[in-house]
Amino acid sequence: MITELGHFALILAFAIAVVNTVVPMIGAAKGWDRWMAVAGPAAVLQLILVAFSFAALTVAFVGSDFSLRLVVLNSHTLKPMLYKVAGVWANHEGSLLLWVMILSLFGACAAWFGGNLPATLKARVLAVQSSIATAFLAFILFTSNPFLRLAAPPFNGEDLNPLLQDPGLAFHPPFLYLGYVGLSLTFSFAIAALIEGRVDAAWGRWVRPWTLAAWIFLTIGIGMGSWWAYYELGWGGFWFWDPVENASFMPWLLAAALLHSAIVVEKRESLKSWTILLAIMAFGFSLIGTFIVRSGVITSVHAFASDPERGLFILGIIGLFMGGALTLYAARANAMEAKGAFGMVSRESALVLNNILLAVACFVVFVGTVWPLVAELTFGRKLSVGPPFFNLAATPFFLALGVILPIGSILPWKRGNLGRVVRRLVPAAILAVAVAALIWAMQNEKTALAPLGVMLGVWLIVGAVVDLAMRTGRGSLGTRLGRLTRIPRADLGKAVAHGGFGVTVFAISALLAWEVEDIRAVKPGDSFEMGGYQLTLNAVHDVRGPNYTSNMAEVDVFRNGVKLATVEPERRFYPFAGMPTTESGILSGPIRDVYVTIGDPQPDGSWAMRSYVKPFANWIWGGGILMALGGFLSLSDRRYRVAAGASKAPAKAVPAE
Amino acid sequence: MRTLLRSAVLWLLLALPVYAVLPDEVLPDPVLEARAREISKGLRCLVCRNESIDESNADLARDLRLLVRERLTKGDTNEEAVAYIVNRYGEYVLLYPRPNGSTLILWAAGPVIFGTALLVAFVYLRRRRSIAGDDTLSQAETERLQKILQE
Repeated sequence: MITELGHFALILAFAIAVVNTVVPMIGAAKGWDRWMAVAGPAAVLQLILVAFSFAALTVAFVGSDFSLRLVVLNSHTLKPMLYKVAGVWANHEGSLLLWVMILSLFGACAAWFGGNLPATLKARVLAVQSSIATAFLAFILFTSNPFLRLAAPPFNGEDLNPLLQDPGLAFHPPFLYLGYVGLSLTFSFAIAALIEGRVDAAWGRWVRPWTLAAWIFLTIGIGMGSWWAYYELGWGGFWFWDPVENASFMPWLLAAALLHSAIVVEKRESLKSWTILLAIMAFGFSLIGTFIVRSGVITSVHAFASDPERGLFILGIIGLFMGGALTLYAARANAMEAKGAFGMVSRESALVLNNILLAVACFVVFVGTVWPLVAELTFGRKLSVGPPFFNLAATPFFLALGVILPIGSILPWKRGNLGRVVRRLVPAAILAVAVAALIWAMQNEKTALAPLGVMLGVWLIVGAVVDLAMRTGRGSLGTRLGRLTRIPRADLGKAVAHGGFGVTVFAISALLAWEVEDIRAVKPGDSFEMGGYQLTLNAVHDVRGPNYTSNMAEVDVFRNGVKLATVEPERRFYPFAGMPTTESGILSGPIRDVYVTIGDPQPDGSWAMRSYVKPFANWIWGGGILMALGGFLSLSDRRYRVAAGASKAPAKAVPAE
Repeated sequence: MRTLLRSAVLWLLLALPVYAVLPDEVLPDPVLEARAREISKGLRCLVCRNESIDESNADLARDLRLLVRERLTKGDTNEEAVAYIVNRYGEYVLLYPRPNGSTLILWAAGPVIFGTALLVAFVYLRRRRSIAGDDTLSQAETERLQKILQE
C-alpha cells in the first residue's frame, strides 16, 4: 500500500514540477506577483512529495518487501540494517530518486533562504530548478520506475553487490549527489540571470555559498570514494582514473574554478560572462557524469548495469538543457559588461590563470574519458585510455596550479607588484627547497618524484601560512596571534583549503615514491620481513558473517621485535550475490600504514599474501578533509549570511535532512 | 533449497584465483620482476571493465602476466614484450594510447587548448587594463545596501 502511495506521490511531484516550471516564469515575465509567489510553496511541496516517495521506497527495503522488483535485485533478509537502507540508493532507480530528492531539497532551500533575492530572480531560479526536476521525474516515471511490483515474489532477494556493503560506500553516493545536484542551483541562478540580463556583485554573492556547498559535498564524496577504494579493493590504490571517477572529478574541477571566478564577480564585477559559462558547464558535467554512469557507453568498474534507452533519455536531457542554456548564453552574454579595470599583475589575473588551469585540466580529463568512444566511432580504432595517459596529460596542470597558488593568493586586487609578493614568499620557497634537498640526500633510490612533490607540498602549506600571517598585519607576535582569531572566517577558510591542497600533493608524492610492496606465499606460523616491519601469519580462521563467509587471517606486526598490533585481513565470499571480496587489514598510523591482504590458499598449505608499507597514506584524505573544512569555514562567514538573507537561520546552505 | 544449491555451486567456482599478482608468478630476478610489473601496469585486462592486468584477478590477466614474464626471461626488451602483446591482442590492450595517427589529437588536445586559453586571456587582460571602471552603485542598489547593512 505504502509503495503505491510512494509511486503516486512521485506522479504528483511531477505535476507540481511542471506547474512550477511554467507559472513563476510567466509571472516573472509579466510582473504578476501572485504567479511568482507560487514558486516558493510549490518548491517545498515538491520536496515533501519526493521525500515521501523516497521514504516509501526505504520502508520497502527495510522491511524486505520482495514483491518489489528493486528490493529483490538489491537486498536480502540477512543483510545488515545499514546496508538495507544504503541499498535504496545503491542501484539505478533508487539513486535517481535520491538525485531528484536532493534536487528538490536545493530548490526548497533556495525558497527558504532566498528571502533576500529580488522577486523576479527568485521566481526564475525556482522555475529553472523545477524544469530540471520535471525532466528527471519524467525520466524516473517513464524509464526507471523504482516501484515496479513482481507478479510472483520470491522468498528472498539477490543481495546487494558486496563491494558496496561497506560503510565508506554507503554514504559516498549521498554526498556525491549533494555535490552534483548542488551545482543545479548555480545553473538555475545562471539561467535566471541570463533571462534577467543582469549579473552583478550581489549575484556573485548569492551564487557563491551554493557553489561552495556543492564543492564541499563533492570533495567529501570523492574523498570517501577514494578512501573506500584504498581499503576495500585490496591493493591500496586511491585513484584509478576510471570513467566514473572522472565523472565526479570533472564537476569538482569546474566547481573549484567557479568558486574562484565568482569571487571576482563579487568583489570586482569582472569575469561575469565567463562565470555564467562556468556555472552552466559545471552542471553540464554533472549531467554528463550521470550519463556516463548510467548509459553503459563507457565501460567502467562502477557503472550501473544499464540499457541504451535510459542513456538516450539522459542524452536528450543533456541536449535540452545544455543546448538551451548555451543558446541563451550566446544571445545574452555580451549584455554582461564588466566594470572593474585591473592590471596584468593582480589578484584578478591570478584567478583567471587559476580558472584556465582548472578548466583545461577538466577538458583533458573529459577528452581522455570519451576518447575511446570517439576513436571507435570516427576513426574505427578500438583503443583504451588509461591511467598512464591521465597521469602524464593532466598532472602538469595541477602542478602548475600548485606553483602559482601561493603567489596568486596574496596578490592584491586591481594592481600588484610581483616583486613585493615574491619577497613575502621567500621563506616558503627556501623551506620548500631545503626540505626537497634533505629528502634527495636521504633517500636511497634517486627518484625526483618525492623531492619535487614534497617541495610543492611544502611550498603550498607554508604559502598558506604566509597568507594568514599577512592578514594579521604588523606588531608583536602576541598581538598578531590575537588578531588571528578575529580574521574573517572566509580568509581562514581560504588558507585552510589551500593548505589542505598542499597536504594532499605532499602525501600523494610521498606515497608513490616510498611505498614498499611484498608478495609471497606464507604458511601459518611463518614470519617475514617487509620494509622494516616483521609480519607473522599466526593462523587463518574460518568465520561466518551475517551474509558472508570469510577466511580471516591473524597477522602480527612487529617493529624491532616489539609487537605493534594484530591486523585481520579477510577474504570474504557473499554466497547470495555470488561474489568474493577482500578486506584489507590496516595498521594505520600518522606517518605510515601497514597494509596487509590475504589471497588464495596454495596447494602446499600456505596462503598468498600481499603486504605494503604505505607512507603518509592517511594524509591524502587528511588534505581532502582540510579542503572541505576550509570550505565550511568560508561558508560560515558572517558576511554570506547577511547576503543570503539567512541571518535568522544560522545553518544556511547545509541542508541536513 | 535453491539458494543452498546455488551457493554450493558458487563455492566450487571459487577455486578461481581472486587475487592480482600471485606469489608463484613472481620472477626470481628482482630487476626483471620490476620490469614486468611496470609493463603490467600499462596493459589492460581485456575481459575486465577497466583494470590493468597488474590489478586484475581474472584468469586472462594472469595469463597475460605470465606471458609478459615469459617474453622478458627470453630476453625481450620492454618495448619488444609490449609489441608482442599488442600484435596478438590489438591496440585495445594498451592503457597508454600511442601518440600516432588520430591519437595525436588526443595528446595534443590539452596543450593546444591551454595555449589558446592563455592567448585569449592575455588579450582580455590587456584590454581590461585600459577600461575605466564605473564603480558607483545605482540609486536602487544604494538603498538596498543600506537596508542590508541595517539588518
